[in-house]
This record gives sequence, C-alpha cells and structure tokens, in this order.
Amino acid sequence: MANLGKIARRGGLYTLLGAFAFFSAFPFYWMVIATFKRDHDLFSPLNNPFIFNESPTLDHLRLLFFETHFVGYLLNTLLVGLAVVIITLVTAVPAAYALARWARGWGETLGIGIFLTYLVPPTILFIPLSRFASFFGLQESLWSLILVYPTFTIPFCTWLLMGFFKTIPKDIEEQAMIDGLSRFGAMSRVVLPLAISGVLTVVVFAFTLSMHEFIYALTFISVSAKKTVSIGVPTELVRGDVFQWGPLMAGALIASIPVAVVYTYFLDRFVAGFTMGAVK
Amino acid sequence: MSGPAHPAEPGGGDRGGILDREGALAKLLIAPAVIYIAAMIGAPFVLAILYSLSDATTGDPGLRLVGVQNFQAALSDPVFRLALRNTFVFTLVSQSIVIVLSRVLANALLKPFRGKWLVRFLIMLPWTAPISLGTIGWLWMFDSIFSPIDWVLRYLGMLGTASALFGANTNMYWLGVPGLAMASVILVNVWRILPLATVIQLGGLSSIPKDLIEAAEVDGATPWRRTLMITIPLTLPIVSIAFLFGVVFTFTDLVVVYVLTRGGPVHMTQVLSSWTFFKGIEAGDLAQGAAISLFMFPVLAVAAIFILRMARRTEVV
Repeated sequence: MANLGKIARRGGLYTLLGAFAFFSAFPFYWMVIATFKRDHDLFSPLNNPFIFNESPTLDHLRLLFFETHFVGYLLNTLLVGLAVVIITLVTAVPAAYALARWARGWGETLGIGIFLTYLVPPTILFIPLSRFASFFGLQESLWSLILVYPTFTIPFCTWLLMGFFKTIPKDIEEQAMIDGLSRFGAMSRVVLPLAISGVLTVVVFAFTLSMHEFIYALTFISVSAKKTVSIGVPTELVRGDVFQWGPLMAGALIASIPVAVVYTYFLDRFVAGFTMGAVK
Repeated sequence: MSGPAHPAEPGGGDRGGILDREGALAKLLIAPAVIYIAAMIGAPFVLAILYSLSDATTGDPGLRLVGVQNFQAALSDPVFRLALRNTFVFTLVSQSIVIVLSRVLANALLKPFRGKWLVRFLIMLPWTAPISLGTIGWLWMFDSIFSPIDWVLRYLGMLGTASALFGANTNMYWLGVPGLAMASVILVNVWRILPLATVIQLGGLSSIPKDLIEAAEVDGATPWRRTLMITIPLTLPIVSIAFLFGVVFTFTDLVVVYVLTRGGPVHMTQVLSSWTFFKGIEAGDLAQGAAISLFMFPVLAVAAIFILRMARRTEVV
C-alpha cells in the first residue's frame, strides 16, 4: 500500500512539473516549429500545427540571416551590452566596495537609497530621457542606449556587490596592508579577486538586462539598421501588415536561448539580490 | 547579506587620522555612482514632474508651466480612466494567480527528482528570455487564423460547428474580442512573472528550519495544522515580497500590451504605460504623457515602502 502511495505521489509530482514546464516552454516550442516549417505548411489552417506535415526547411533562417538586418541587431545588442557592462563595473564596483567597507549608518542608508532608485521604472523616465537624448544629439544613436541603460544596472549592481563585499572579512585586507600593500592595492589585488563571483554576476546581469530592454530602444531608435534584437525582431520582420512568421520566430528563438541558458545559471543570485537579502 | 546592525568597530577610535583619509577615499569611490544616478534618474524624474505641469510637446519642448491641467485633462479622458482601471485589473488578477501557482510550483521543485536542471531551465524561460521575444511567440499563438489553441478547440469539436461550445466561428479571435484580449494579456503576464515569484518562494521555503517541522510532526500536528501554524506564518514575508515585486514589474510593464494588442481592440487593453507611450511619444504630447506616467508613482512608492519593511523583518528573523 505504502509503495503504491509513493508511486502515485511520484506520478502526481511529474504530472504537475510537466504541466508547468509545458505552460512555460510552449511558446518556445512553437518558435522551433515555425522556424523550420515551410510557409505552405505553416499557413494551412487544416494542417496539424504541432508537427511537420511537409519536410522541414531552412528557408526562414536563410531569409533571416541574409535578407534582414538580424545580424546587425545582434551586433548592436552585443555592442550596447558590452559598453553597459563596462560602465556598470567601473561605477558600481568602487561604490559598492566603499559602501560595504566604510559604511556605518549613512552607508547602509545610502545603499538602500541607491537600491530604491532601481524601482523608478523606465515607463516614468523615458519621456524626459528622450529629451536628454535629443538634447545631446544622440537620437537614432546606440550611444543614447549606452548612456541610459546604466540607470537600471548601476543601482541594482551596486546593491548586489555591496552584499558580496560584506561577506569578505576586513581582516584579510588589513593583513595585506600590514604586509605593505596600499589601501588601493589591498582593494584591487586582495579583495577584488575574492569578490570575483559577484563581479561575474554583475557582468551577466548588466548584459542580460541590456539585451531585454525594450522601451528606451523603442523610443530612441527608429532606423532599422540601428535597432537592437529586442525591438528589431518584433517591429521589423513585418511586411506592411503581414507578419513574416517563419523568420520572426527564428529570430526570437535564436536571440532568446543563449541568454536564457546563462541567465538561468545566475538567477538565484539575482533574486537574492533584489529581495534585499530576504531570500537566503 | 548581514543585517544593518553592525556592532561598534573595535579600535575605530585610535586611528582617527587614517579614518579621515578613508572617509575622503570612500566619498571619491561612491561619487561616480551617486552623480550618475542623480543626473540620469533624479534629474529626469524632476523633469517628468515639470513636464506634467507644462504644455510641452515634442515640436515645442520649452517649459511653460500651466499648473495641474494635464492631470485634470487625463482624469476627464475616458481612455485614461479605462487604462487606469485596466492597469489595476491586469496587475492584481495576474499577481494573485501567480502567487498561488508559484507556491505550488516551488513546493514541487523543492522535492528531489531526475532532470531537475532541464525542468528548471524550461520553467525559467519566460523570465530569462527577452520578454519582447517571448511575447512575440504568444502573438503567433493568438493569431486570428492560425492559432494552435483554436486548432485544438476545432479538433475537439468545441469550435467551428453550429452546436459547438464556443460557437460556429472557425476562430476565437483572442486579441480581437475585448474580454478575450484582456484574458490573453493577463495570461501572458502570469506566464512572465511566474518564474520570478517561484524563485523567490523557493528561497523562502528552503530557509524554514527542518527541525521545526519535524518537531511539529513528532508532537502530532496534522499536515494542515503544520501548514497553517508554521509554514504560512514563516513564509508570509517572502510571499509578500514575491507579490510586491510582481506588482512593481507588471504595473509598469509596457512590452506585453505593446506587442500583443497595442492597447486594442478600441483601447480595451490600454494600460498606463502604453497610454503614456502613445500620448507622450507617438502623439508627441510630452506634458500629457508625463502626467499619465506619474499616476504610476503612488503605487510604486507604497510598494517600495512595504518591500523595505518586509526585508527588514525577514532580516530580523
């Protein structure tokens, strides 16, 4: 009896997890199917939409890579992402270190204050920031995105790194300073290597969020060749009113999966960060 | 992360000179971050408030303050009122569903089973993949002719014949019928926030001390009683945090509505963020757009206060 109950519980668990995985991943399965399906098969309402009724094709991929700006979108995204990562590191690492090390009361308060600015959403800031972009002559330029994206990476990454630096005991760098390193030497040669997993988390986070960003890119960039993937794919792969579903789904899939793999690996740390350490 | 209460640093007093210099160094290291935030978040926020009190447009962006007439104009606009209502409905309905589902899912993910990394990867996809691209997948699933959901309904005989449950039409027109369009937007919001809420809850559930539950079991507490007296009170702060972050992200989100419906049919799925975009950027009325966007602020401020309180409380526990 007990055995039977165990099997039933096991079956229940797998059914439940299967249902959730189906719900979450189905749109992506749907992209895979559309990517390789012939148009004739794709646009026949009577055909079973879940399988290949005709042999698969690479036509959509060919069109996506050779007849659209898709490769350009990927490169633009990469460029913006890397620049944002560098700006974020240069700004957030020193700030977080200082807040964690010398913070008495005011440091903690300032840290929380910086974190709270993360909650001011792009949907409030994008109208004034669009004026900033045109004031500096950066409309239609990737520089506008590079300038603006740190608004959501710096506050959060400073907070996240502050947590990492706090876990490194002060004694280690004090010992290094007694051994003759300067304060800066102790920071860059002793503490930073110990905080490397935190720094790596910040790199992944800043890049991922830059890639996900939609509203600033939609507002600042309208020239097709300058778009990033997150707006290029949804707005450009449409002819007139007709969506080019095959290439569209291929583009969405190709841009989604690599970043999702990396992000999944770091997800727990991000969440621990923005629940402010409430989740241990 | 440790709590805010640091004990007094021993020996801090007898190195006054070094500490002074360290104070200067600390300010120097913090300055770039603070200056950037002040210039790129603080200043635009103030500018948003000024715009909302002006008559600026993209053609004539000069600041002439005209008082609160933009807010009055927004409030008397039926589309704005609809957007305001929709924003609350979408947020509250989707996040209530998310809280229940994420709890169930987190409980299941806590158990050991084979292939966990794959299941986890699949379940996290809606949050880890760029949201505009995930939503494009949904747009194709809600297609007015080729929707696979419609195909299944037709296959099951629930659609497309005179006696069918959902009527004689061959398609449901998910994004074309007001009620269904709202349901679709809510569904995609649930889909998108569920992974985030699940990860937050996983952290909360796994931090409950096991011996507490075992002790209750030994004392003869029924599963129901254990849930009611131990699990729920101990995880309430975490559940609240998951809910609040879900609210913050859904309440201010533009992508789902913009990609799926652009606020249609006839503004039935318009939300504050999309209406801000259409008014402030597409129609070029900066002042109206800024005023509409600022209606989001009170809700965010309240959410932030609660998040701070909850975080403090869990740190004490």
